[in-house]
Amino acid sequence: MTEKITIALAGNPNVGKTSIFNSITGSKQHVGNWPGVTVERKIGKKVHNDVMMEIVDLPGTYSLTAYSLDEIIARDFIIEEKPDVVVQVIDATNLERNMYLTTQLMELGVRLVIALNMTDLALAKGDNINEKKMQEFLEVPVISTIGSKGTGIEGLLDAVTEELHKTRVTENVFNYDNQIEERAEKLGVVLDSDPYFAHYPSRWFSLKLLEGDENIIKKAKESGSYPEIQKILNETDAEILEAKVADQRYKTIQTMLRQVCNINTCRLTGSDMVDRVVTNKVLGIPIFLSLMWAAFEITFTFATPFMNMIDIFFGWMAETATTVIPVPWMASLVGEGMIAGVGSVIIFLPNILLLFFMISLMEDSGYMARAAFIMDKIMSKVGLHGKSFIPLVMGFGCNVPAIMATRTIEDTRDRLITILITPFMSCGARLPVYVLLAGAFFGRDAGVVIFSLYALGILVAVVSAKLMRSTILKGEDTPFIMELPSYKIPTLRGSLIHMWERGKIYLKKAGTIILIGVVGVWLLASIPAPGSSGTFASEEIYGTTESMIGMIGQALEPLVTPLGFDWKIAVALVFGVVAKEIVVGSMGVLYGVGDNEENLSNILAAGAMTPLAALGLMVFTLLYVPCFACIGVIKRETGSWKWTLFQLAYGTTLAWVFAFVIYQVGTRMGLLA
Amino acid sequence: MNEKTLDFIEPETSVKVLKVTGRKSSRKRILDMGLTPGTRVDVIKRAPLGDPVEFKLKGYNLSLRKKEAETVLVEIVK
Repeated sequence: MTEKITIALAGNPNVGKTSIFNSITGSKQHVGNWPGVTVERKIGKKVHNDVMMEIVDLPGTYSLTAYSLDEIIARDFIIEEKPDVVVQVIDATNLERNMYLTTQLMELGVRLVIALNMTDLALAKGDNINEKKMQEFLEVPVISTIGSKGTGIEGLLDAVTEELHKTRVTENVFNYDNQIEERAEKLGVVLDSDPYFAHYPSRWFSLKLLEGDENIIKKAKESGSYPEIQKILNETDAEILEAKVADQRYKTIQTMLRQVCNINTCRLTGSDMVDRVVTNKVLGIPIFLSLMWAAFEITFTFATPFMNMIDIFFGWMAETATTVIPVPWMASLVGEGMIAGVGSVIIFLPNILLLFFMISLMEDSGYMARAAFIMDKIMSKVGLHGKSFIPLVMGFGCNVPAIMATRTIEDTRDRLITILITPFMSCGARLPVYVLLAGAFFGRDAGVVIFSLYALGILVAVVSAKLMRSTILKGEDTPFIMELPSYKIPTLRGSLIHMWERGKIYLKKAGTIILIGVVGVWLLASIPAPGSSGTFASEEIYGTTESMIGMIGQALEPLVTPLGFDWKIAVALVFGVVAKEIVVGSMGVLYGVGDNEENLSNILAAGAMTPLAALGLMVFTLLYVPCFACIGVIKRETGSWKWTLFQLAYGTTLAWVFAFVIYQVGTRMGLLA
Repeated sequence: MNEKTLDFIEPETSVKVLKVTGRKSSRKRILDMGLTPGTRVDVIKRAPLGDPVEFKLKGYNLSLRKKEAETVLVEIVK
């Protein structure tokens, strides 16, 4: 019979927790979200020594206070779900700060096993750690591992299964001074007598109260014993205690470190030398820009042949389906609806895989933090974090992977704002629309017009970020306190796993929404409008006035007339939600020139719309509802339809207002006439 | 006394932390990251655009915006 246990994997960020997780679970992992929030949760399974282990990867945290959502999630999981064993992954090159979390895990009274990771790097740096002594001091198993090579994993799992059958007695390794200990004891008595607190390790809870942890105080307030607790807390100045608790934890760690290792802190490490160049005053920005350019080029240029292949393949599939299926409406549904729909999901996959491969390289090497360090000054001007820069730049290629890239931003509010403004970064799919219209109406000035559209997108994004920061997403600025991890050589395996995970999430979660959207538009374009004599999905109906979509276009006409658009443009814009580049194609069909873009330009320029309306249409295309793929990832990444709909409504309103002003004011002033 | 706030310290200077002030949430985090009284901190460099600033303490590198560094009271040791 096999035992079933839960293991929580805890640790600071950048300590190689993910590589340990990957080494233990291999490909057997499930990526989802923690209930109610969009912080990622990874769960994996492993059978070892006849024990069935479920490994839960906790968010990377430096501490277990109520400072960030990540920390609250990690500690609530440990307290509420009571994992059988907690494994803390520790970066052996950075013991002191890593052990700060250890002190808190031990206070929680959990069964702890320490994975002393990256021991090879510590050795190379000249640190000599005596694991045996460390184990004796902490009374906790300490196993040395090298996650990137999978070394020490067996031993780690052995230690976990051994630990299962021991009772814990190590809660009190970390002692504080008399003032704190006395108060903790007094609080402990109160907590132990109130069943409300039976759930929590009382020493830990007392210490958190003394530290002034907001989340814990809130919990205490709900109990009947709060007046008594408050009395004890009021005896001393909270601010002094808070500093003392942190200080004494570090003091204990230092005492231990003196016994268990000699650490070489003075020498300049290789990482420091790399950093001197990479974030250098003169070279820092050029290096950053070149890397951004390279990442952008690789993501979008390298992906092009693959995207073309996907496009050709699905085009061929659709055509084959149409010729093979004898019933016309069914052929159209399969060909133009379903196959085209699946194609429009898969087409973004090369972009997403390549971008996440690049991001993974940047994160694992330690460069991502430097990028944020370099760009933070600019981003802080709009109330955002340095880490928001990369997703926004990627947005110029394609908003879909860009929005997924916001995962690297820890603060939820910063992340939400970045997601909401990314669609204003003019993506590659909008360019064909600009090229056609600017070419038809502005001739030699087309370049200037297109450039201005990109600039307008950035401006709208910046102003929107500021606006959201001061209205709906108001609040104190998140303090910028960021570790600059030492540089490491990323592993191919790690980057490939990361890349594949993102691809899977995209296909599963966003894919469904995209598919439904595309098939939905096909249906609207195929169902004959009431009163029409045409047949469902026939060529005479598809996308014309006789179809539902044509009817909707005509119904929308009063809304777009003030912008100088006719119903055909309205229909093209509805189609544009499938994918922005379709706006051009559907205008071709609606104006009866088919695929011939030159004819379309001629018709448009000959008077189908005025230059001002054309300019308005370009701005409208820039700002209104992004494509289904984008809507799909906004929903997936914000985890909320409310925010998704907000983005759509906000963007479309802006689009309408801008186009209205351009057309109405411009016409009255006789501009471009 | 040579008391200053951390944002005023020039790069390539070493300081000792005296006290962390400021808003509760950031104060707590700064302490958790190891800037406890008595800790030695080396100011490494400013970002190319002047802000944030990079520090080395307890064998690792940390960056703070000047706004956060302002809340750390230090004295120069070297």
